[in-house]
Order: sequence, then structure tokens, then C-alpha cells
Amino acid sequence: MHKKMAFSFPDEVLEHVFSFIQSDKDRNAVSMVCKSWYEIERWCRRKVFVGNCYAVSPRMVIRRFPEFRSIELKGKPHFADFNLVPDGWGGYVFPWIAEMAGAYPWLEEIRLKRMVVTDESLELIAKSFKNFKVLVLSSCEGFSTDGLAAIAASCKNLKELDLRDCEVDDLSAHWLSHFPETYTSLVSLNISCLGSDEASFSALERLVRRCTNLKTLRLNRAVPLDKIANILRHAPQLVEFGTGTYTADVRPDVYSDLAGVLSSCKELKSLSGFWDVIPDYLPAIYPVCSKLTSLNLSYATIQSPDLIKLVSHCPNLQRLLVLDYIEDSGLEVLASSCKDLQELRVFPSDPFGAEPNVSLTEQGLVAVSLGCPKLQSVLYFCRRMSNEALVTIARSRPNFTRFRLCIIEPKTADYLTLEPLDVGFGAIVQYCKDLRRLSLSGLLTDRVFEYIGTYAKKLEMLSVAFAGDSDLGLHHVLSGCESLRKLEIRDCPFGDKALLANAAKLETMRSLWISSCAVSFAACKLLGQKMPRLNVEVIDERGPPDSRPENCPVDKLYIYRSIAGPRFDMPPFVWTMDEDSGLRLS
Amino acid sequence: MSSENGKRLLETDAGGLNFEATELTLGLPGEPRVTSDGGAKLGSKRGFSETVDLKLGDNNREVKLGHSLQEAAKSPVSKTQVVGWPPVRGFAKRGKKSCKYVKVAVDGAPYLRKVDLEIYNSYQQLLTSLEDMFSCFTIRNYLNEKKIEQVNGIEYMPTYEDKDGDWMLVGDVPWQMFVESCKRLRLMKSSEAVGLGLTTGPKYSSTN
Repeated sequence: MHKKMAFSFPDEVLEHVFSFIQSDKDRNAVSMVCKSWYEIERWCRRKVFVGNCYAVSPRMVIRRFPEFRSIELKGKPHFADFNLVPDGWGGYVFPWIAEMAGAYPWLEEIRLKRMVVTDESLELIAKSFKNFKVLVLSSCEGFSTDGLAAIAASCKNLKELDLRDCEVDDLSAHWLSHFPETYTSLVSLNISCLGSDEASFSALERLVRRCTNLKTLRLNRAVPLDKIANILRHAPQLVEFGTGTYTADVRPDVYSDLAGVLSSCKELKSLSGFWDVIPDYLPAIYPVCSKLTSLNLSYATIQSPDLIKLVSHCPNLQRLLVLDYIEDSGLEVLASSCKDLQELRVFPSDPFGAEPNVSLTEQGLVAVSLGCPKLQSVLYFCRRMSNEALVTIARSRPNFTRFRLCIIEPKTADYLTLEPLDVGFGAIVQYCKDLRRLSLSGLLTDRVFEYIGTYAKKLEMLSVAFAGDSDLGLHHVLSGCESLRKLEIRDCPFGDKALLANAAKLETMRSLWISSCAVSFAACKLLGQKMPRLNVEVIDERGPPDSRPENCPVDKLYIYRSIAGPRFDMPPFVWTMDEDSGLRLS
Repeated sequence: MSSENGKRLLETDAGGLNFEATELTLGLPGEPRVTSDGGAKLGSKRGFSETVDLKLGDNNREVKLGHSLQEAAKSPVSKTQVVGWPPVRGFAKRGKKSCKYVKVAVDGAPYLRKVDLEIYNSYQQLLTSLEDMFSCFTIRNYLNEKKIEQVNGIEYMPTYEDKDGDWMLVGDVPWQMFVESCKRLRLMKSSEAVGLGLTTGPKYSSTN
């Protein structure tokens, strides 16, 4: 029963206004204004984002948003990237595809992250959605090139096929030939994760040649250097390019061919690939370097002098991914050459070695923080750190939004003072008021969590490992971080008290992962019983948790809010704690 | 939350939970906490599982671990003990020429693991890492030549499937050859392995 206000707009006008509102947060806010706005908004929402595929059921989404065109789903917890989530845990996309296939013949875009995608799912996508345009699979697994062949063969309007960081069963490289000769709409293709065995070069070349709108092409390692020129020759309009293997016998004709073709790519802004790179062929890319805004050298095993030369040619660089071969000296050059740098990721070349193999320390990070005024996102692996360096970094770069530091050896103290790094990280959260994501490492006591709880008011995601002394640490974070959405913890002495005292907080977050800590089975059961809108899942590979004393810590715990209730696709080593868990387990 | 509240939080009895006992350290139980360089760096996951009262596995667990931990401490360089640390993505293949991921199955366990054979230098390192990953199972380790006493636990033998599809005992061929030919690993119950004729010890020791 609506009260028609004198100044209310017709639905079509509101719908038109809402069409300018794209972000999910704003859309959600709009839908909460009043019932009629809720109704209008839900009929015109075109993009749906589900941050945890188990937080809601496909049917619920379809019921609320009857006309969406694009869906993004995320499955496994982030720590799955590091082998902490056993195979078979879950995150299957098939139920979603099956529901949408029936309800939505006009679905255009599917974006998935950390989900299990089977060939069956891909075949169903290919068959069900006639206007399918975009498939982005990020860190997914479970499918083979057969599934890709189905997509290639049927999706006549496909614009984007992006398989970043997926694990694909490479049965045959000939799946590319399944794109019909009449197919020309490809704009973006990322197959960098595919295997190294064979590649169908002629099919690839023909595909590139006829798809004149192709803007992004990321090849896989199997494509040799001398084939790149032939491929690029037909795609001078490329904006983003990923090479395959960047090595070959040094031959002047191959070099000049490559250099020539690259310099005719006037729109190129992003380069990646560079597996097995040999320095002799690097100068071939110098002509395009001045326009580059993004460079991914994280597979390039070249040493500091060559990296320095390369980086000095790229004054407009905004994003750099590189191995620690760049060393402190290289980062100093980066700091003086690349004043537009916004994001830096430095990966370890020898993460499992006991001794440092390169001269990369906290100094490199300090140099970049001091020299690059626009730097806001950092992922840095190193072997030593000091509070002094962290304070300098925090003071000089208060605009950090993402700060992820990994000191390789757990519990490493400040190398100058041998103290914990509490004060250093404390400075980061205190000065960087817009910090949204933080990863901690090194020797840390409860004090760092007190700083985080006090200052990190905009923090949305926190990753903690081998840190803290007691439950107080966890309590500081859960009670102080108002914007916290995702918390992942491993190997810390956090237990029942902080978790139970802050149970209500968990409903305001997307998820909490806590493994190899001190949370007892009893506390898990209690949490499950008291909080019906949380799914409290115990992952324990030792067998049923009730085969051990109740005060025994569980191996891994994953807690997430959900309106879909407990899931039913759990493997034998995952147990949901709910109101009935006491009855079901015994 | 004021610090006073925090203090109260610490003082209330947690129902008998002894935090020290479950506190994670990097050393063997009874050894002082190792916080910086030097000494044997051992996965805290191992330390943790020692303080937990496991019903599976045998009572000689501490003894067996003690032996293999000492072995791991002597073996050179490679730090493979802590699962998922440092947090580098497994299939990113950064900085390495190749990457050899194989699935590891354990008879009777409902889950699979994956290991990258390229990060190990010897059978000893691989087996130590497997012991850590599947810490509730007793894996028969021929290579350190110590007889593992079997009390309550079931013994498992590490086997692998090679390129020809044959199941072999881990340790039968030189390490490098093994890495190249191994397609998947299976920790097989010893009782089953007997039936397959895999009971003779391997020819190659950890020094290869």
C-alpha cells in the first residue's frame, strides 16, 4: 500500500536515473531507500556480484534480480592459493550455471574466481546463452581444453576469454581451431596459463588475423619467440600483449623482425610473459617502452643490470611486477625513473632457500616509497625489515591503499634492534588512513593488533601469519576494525575467547579463515549453535572433530555469513556446525 | 574497547584451555623458541600437531618425528616444511625453468594434495615434506634406515605411477629420473603394497 507522494517520479524515470549507478555498493544503498525503489532497482540491475558463492543460493539471486546480464562469483578462500585448502573443498560453479541456463537465455558475462569449473559447466554455458560475450576465469580449475573447445565452437559473440592463473588439463592445443572461420569478434584472449607442450600456431595466427578488434592477447609459454613476429604482424592495434617463451638462439633476422613488428604496435601499453628471457632480445621492446604503463616481469629470470636498463626506458610505468633480481639498486633506479608508479609487486626468486640469493632488502621498498608519489599498492617479499624503515615508508607514503609485506622467515625481528615490528606496522596503519588491505609478517606481538584496531578504520582485508601472543590480539582486530570484511589467520595463538566475544562481528564480515590456531571444537559448536546466519565450517583432515576431546583445537576453520543456510556439497573432511551439529556428529 | 576490558578478557578462565600448550613454536618441544636466524628452522605446523592429542597414529610419534626432524635439519638448504609459506602461488612458476606438480593420494584419506617435485633435491626432502603434510599417518621411510616402530598406526609406503603407468616404490631410481617420470604419488597401505610386490627396499639413498 503505497502513499503516492506528489513529487514521485514514474518508474521509467527512476530506472533511467538508476542506470547511471554502477557500483554494487551504491545499488545496494538505492535498494534500501524504500519498497518501490527496491522493486525498480531489482528489475534493472544488470550486474550481480557475489563475493562468496555460498553466501546465497543461485535461486535467491535469480528471484531477486530477474534480468541481470553479468555475474561475478568467488569461491574458495584466498588461502587456497597457498595450498591450505584441500582439494575437493568446494566452490563448484555447475549449480549456478544450471540454474541460470534455465532462467537466463540472455546472460552475457560470467566472471569466476577460485571456483571449480568442469567441462560440463563450460559445455552448458556454450549451449545455453546465445549472446554470451565474456568469460573470465581467475584461479579456477577442473576443466580441460575440451571445455574450451565447446566455448570456441558455439559462442559466436564471444568477446573476451580470459583464463588467468587457471589450472587447465591440456588435452589438446587444437581447441583453438574450434573457433569457426566466420568468427571475428574476439577482443581479449588470455591463455597464458595453458601448458607448454604443443601449440596450434597456424590456428592462432588465423584467429588473430581475422579478429581485427583484438586488443588484449596473452600467449602461453609454448609460443616461441620466432612465432611472435608473425602473430603481432596481424595485430598492430594490440593494447596488451603477453609473449610466450622469450628465448631463442640469438639470430639477427629474428631480432630485427621482432623489433620491427613491435615498433609498429603504436597502441601497446602493457607487456607480460617473458618466460625464459634472454637479455639479448630485450632491446627489441625498447621502442614501445616509453608508452608502457604496465609491465609484468614476474617470470623473467634476468639480473639487475638488464632489469635496470629496461625499467629506465619506461618513464610512464604505473604498474610493475618483477622478481627480486631487481635488487635494491634496481628499485632505486625505478624510484627515480618512474614517477607515475602506482603498483609494485616484487616476488622471491628463491622462496625456499635458507640464505638470501639477491641483494634485496627493506632499502628497495624505502627508495620506491620515497621516490614515487603515486605509489598506493605494494606486495613485497624480502628477508629483513626494520621498524625504522616501516616508519619512513608510512610517513612518506600515506596514500597506500594496499600494503602487503612478506618477510620470508616467519617471526623475523627488526634486524637493527631485534625488537618486534609492532611499531613499524603501527605506523603504516596510523599514517595510511585509506588503507584497505594489509598483510603482516615478521615478529609481532599483541601490540600490533592494538594499533590495527585503533587506527585501521578503513581496513577491509587483513592477512596474519605467525603473529601475536594471545586472544587479545584477535580481539583488538575484531572489535576495532569497523570496515573489516575478510580476515585470514594462520599459525597464531588465537583461541576461543576472542572469537566468541566477537561473534556478532562475524555477521558483518564476508568471511573469517583461521587455521593452525587454538580454536577448540567446543567453541566451534557453540558458535554454530548461537549464530544461525553464520556457516561455521570445520576442515579437519585428521578425521571427525568429535573423535577427539572437545577442547582440542580444530585444524582449520572457515566462517562466513550466509542466507542460504549450510551447504550440502561438502567433502568428508568438512563439517558444518549448526544448531543440530551436536546431534548429527555423535 | 578499553585496555581494561582487554585485561579482563585475559583473566577470565577459558575453561581449562592451556594456551601455552597450544602455542606454536618453531622448535622441537622442550627447545627454546627460535625467533631469528640460526638453528634448525622447523615448521610450526609440526610443533602444533605434537601438542595435540592425536588418536590416529602411533604413540611413538614423538620419537619418529624427532628422528626425521634431525634428518631434515641436516639436509641442505631447501625449506619445504611449512605448508603454504611463504605465500607464493604454486602454479605461478616464477623464476623456475619448470614446475612438476603431481597429485598425492593417501589410502583411506578423503583428500588429495599437490606437491611440486621441482622444489626438492632428494628423496629425503620429499618424504619429510609428505610426513608434514599428512602428519597423522605414519609413512614408512626406508631412507633413514631407522626401523619405525609400529604401535597403533597403520604403515604407509610411498609409491608412484610412472610415465608407463606402472606403480613403483619411491626410491627405486635416481632422484632426477624419478622427478621426470613421476606422474602421481600414492601413499599405499603396506598391506596392499605387499600384494603388488613392492616390499623390497629402494636402491637409492638420500645422497643421490
